[in-house]
Amino acid sequence: MIAVPLLKQVGFEQKQAHINAVAIILPITALSVILYWRQGILPFSEAVGYIPTGLLGALLGTWLMKKISAEWLKKLFGALMVYAGVRLLAS
Amino acid sequence: MSGIALLAGLLSGLLGAMGLGGGAVLILYLSLCTDVPQLQAQGINLLFFLPIAAAAVTVYAAKRLIQWKMVLKISLSGLAGSAVGLWLADALGGQWTAKLFGVFLIAAGIKEIFVKGVAKERKKVYNNRK
Repeated sequence: MIAVPLLKQVGFEQKQAHINAVAIILPITALSVILYWRQGILPFSEAVGYIPTGLLGALLGTWLMKKISAEWLKKLFGALMVYAGVRLLAS
Repeated sequence: MSGIALLAGLLSGLLGAMGLGGGAVLILYLSLCTDVPQLQAQGINLLFFLPIAAAAVTVYAAKRLIQWKMVLKISLSGLAGSAVGLWLADALGGQWTAKLFGVFLIAAGIKEIFVKGVAKERKKVYNNRK
């Protein structure tokens, strides 16, 4: 939610921003995973079950990225941001 | 694994690969349909994202859509930023950090929905790339 607007700010077009955001978020997520692991609370066996369909979804996602219009991607992203923001405020 | 669980995984993978993962479909599913505690749900979501993002980036990289120099630059800043963020969250307390971030997200999200995208020449355009 930070990487995409940041990339757009730097001059990336909508889709390029999303695509490269995934790459940027990868190491940062890895850091969080390491922190969980170091505290001994990494839920490995619980997460494993979701990964096969997740991978299928990821492949579908890369295909969909090509098909979706930049404008719709933007709106969808905006809606998800508002939703996430509301959830945070309500927590 | 139940059908809904598989679907949640599928949708999460789809959104994650499109850089829309912030919606945290998986966390939503886990909190609504299971009794997995919050912290563990977040851990599952984080761990889940690694192979999903790796798969997506592999596909994008094969299509030569990843701009590695920029990705490296921002990743490094991001890692530093995460360290600052963790310290800040520690200092402010979880509640305030969450609310602060929540306000930011809503404001930025509304902008994304209602403000038209601008096409500039200096932007790297997806569909025109070779």
